[in-house]
Amino acid sequence: MARDLDIYLRPDIKSTPFCPGCGHGILMNLVLRAIDELQLNMDEMLFVSGIGCAAWIPSPNFNTDTLHTLHGRAIAFATGAKMFNPKLKTVVISGDGDLTSIGGNHLIHAARRNTDITVICANNMIYGMTGGQAASTSPLGALTATTVEGNTFRPFDLCKLVLGAGASYVARYSVTQPLSLVKAIKKSLGIDGFTFIEALSPCPTQFGRRNRYDSPADMLKMLMKKCIPKEDAEYLTKEELKDRIVTGEFFDE
Amino acid sequence: MRSEKTESILPSGTYYFSGNEAVTEGAIAAGCGYYAGYPITPSSEIMERISIRFGELNRVFMQMEDELASICSVIGAVWAGAKAMTATSGPGFSLMQEGIGYAALTETPLVIVDIQRAGPGTGQATRVASGDLMQAKWGSHGDYQTIVLSPWSVQEMYDQTIDAFNLAEEYRVPVFLMGDEAVGHLRERMDVKPKVRIFNRTKRPGAPPFGTDQDDGIPPMPAFGEGEKLLVTGSTHNAMGIRKTDDPLVHSSLVTRINNKILNNREKITQSESYYTDDAEVIVVSYGFTARSVLFAVDQLRKEGKQVGLLRLKTIWPFADKVISNIGEMAEKIFVPEMNRGQIAGEILKYATCEVIPYCRTDGEIIHPNQIIKELRGLL
Repeated sequence: MARDLDIYLRPDIKSTPFCPGCGHGILMNLVLRAIDELQLNMDEMLFVSGIGCAAWIPSPNFNTDTLHTLHGRAIAFATGAKMFNPKLKTVVISGDGDLTSIGGNHLIHAARRNTDITVICANNMIYGMTGGQAASTSPLGALTATTVEGNTFRPFDLCKLVLGAGASYVARYSVTQPLSLVKAIKKSLGIDGFTFIEALSPCPTQFGRRNRYDSPADMLKMLMKKCIPKEDAEYLTKEELKDRIVTGEFFDE
Repeated sequence: MRSEKTESILPSGTYYFSGNEAVTEGAIAAGCGYYAGYPITPSSEIMERISIRFGELNRVFMQMEDELASICSVIGAVWAGAKAMTATSGPGFSLMQEGIGYAALTETPLVIVDIQRAGPGTGQATRVASGDLMQAKWGSHGDYQTIVLSPWSVQEMYDQTIDAFNLAEEYRVPVFLMGDEAVGHLRERMDVKPKVRIFNRTKRPGAPPFGTDQDDGIPPMPAFGEGEKLLVTGSTHNAMGIRKTDDPLVHSSLVTRINNKILNNREKITQSESYYTDDAEVIVVSYGFTARSVLFAVDQLRKEGKQVGLLRLKTIWPFADKVISNIGEMAEKIFVPEMNRGQIAGEILKYATCEVIPYCRTDGEIIHPNQIIKELRGLL
């Protein structure tokens, strides 16, 4: 974490709680950078998270009101707080398992209602905190603690899902694309309505070690290799895009 | 905790309401500013009326995607400063249990109205029961306490809804109003007084929101947006809300406090009323809708000179252990008719030294006064 963002952290926070090589520390930095660049008043913000590694990005680190909730229910809690006090700039930061599997129903309904909250989904494609089980976002063939011969089910395309449910703004970037990610977070915070950012974040501890990305650097390289901007993806065939992750802002066609 | 007398929003006077309608007006009178719910028989009339009345009063109503979302959005709204509630029935109450445990551990005041129907499972959606009373005490995992009220009339559906909000604020605890299909759909006369006494949560800027040195064990409660930099978590936390999940002392003192703040005040919280108990050989302990049948039966038998009485429990949890222990010494027998398989009879057995006779009806019908008269004749 760059020192100039210290003012956004609780004074007694000395380090991130994350494993070495985890992308969530980068994402924490990028969220605060977006807030800093927008000069938002943290005292008017509420950060809501569920259960899992990513839920620890705001709680207890961010130096404002934080609500660390039940597994899957962050968006429901956030909805109550926001609807009762619309002055609270409400941001949900949580993981892929939390927001899209156990909490999937709340995600699509908040998007349908266009509730004025920003949801930042740290997607590491696995259940990290519980020991590396398959998630609704694990790629086909991924090795996990519950798919030792490879994941046989397709992952969600989260951006398509949330866009289809009616979100006002949807974007996907990896933490290896920090400038684009900051820009997207800033944009989402400026929009009245439901906005969704999928932030791909490497989990070397649970995903990498099972899938032959032996070091944190290998995980980052994998993301850099797989991620392709939407504009470039237009020139590739379906076959060529099979193993790629398309990043960018997504809109209703 | 501060109490104040406010003008009733509903003009004072006499109304002809259903129990479910009365709950709505009670919530409005108590200052409920946020309601979230999901349709379920036989409670839906509460949400329907709320949707109209809250629109008129500029309060916030949300129909959520399920009961999980209902209870969680209620908790979110409470921490944003609202008095808030939801209403449901058995299956929805089951879905809410994890949220109830979260509310208990985070000491979130809120009200849940459970218009009980015959379970388990989907059971008889339109039929009466009082089978959720143990669930109201033990439904979520771990050790915690709640306050549970049991109304027997439309008037009490109104009055106890106000009580439920006041108790929630006073003790920072989830409070459940355990109505049932019969009292929810019953339509009868109800009086609204011009003034309503309401309690508001204590605020003490800068004070720890999850710990206190005071004997009552109830910390003050700030809200989001007040500059308190609140840390709210359902994990084990210290007085400032910082997660301390591997500290045995922090966990045990937190769990002990949230239990004791209710149990140590149970004589103040529990409410009951007695009819003809002073010289009764047989005392019927009853609650909720069934107590209406019991009172009718006891009145009839008293006319015949039979020494029977009624102890009506207006609160179920915390349990009125001292009152039960006292009547256990006064009477020869305690008779407990219930629309469940003896949930409260079992509790009475813990505290009464005399003979305790349960009587169960679980077919979706109310217990008729004639049944009670017949059973009591057999006991006298």
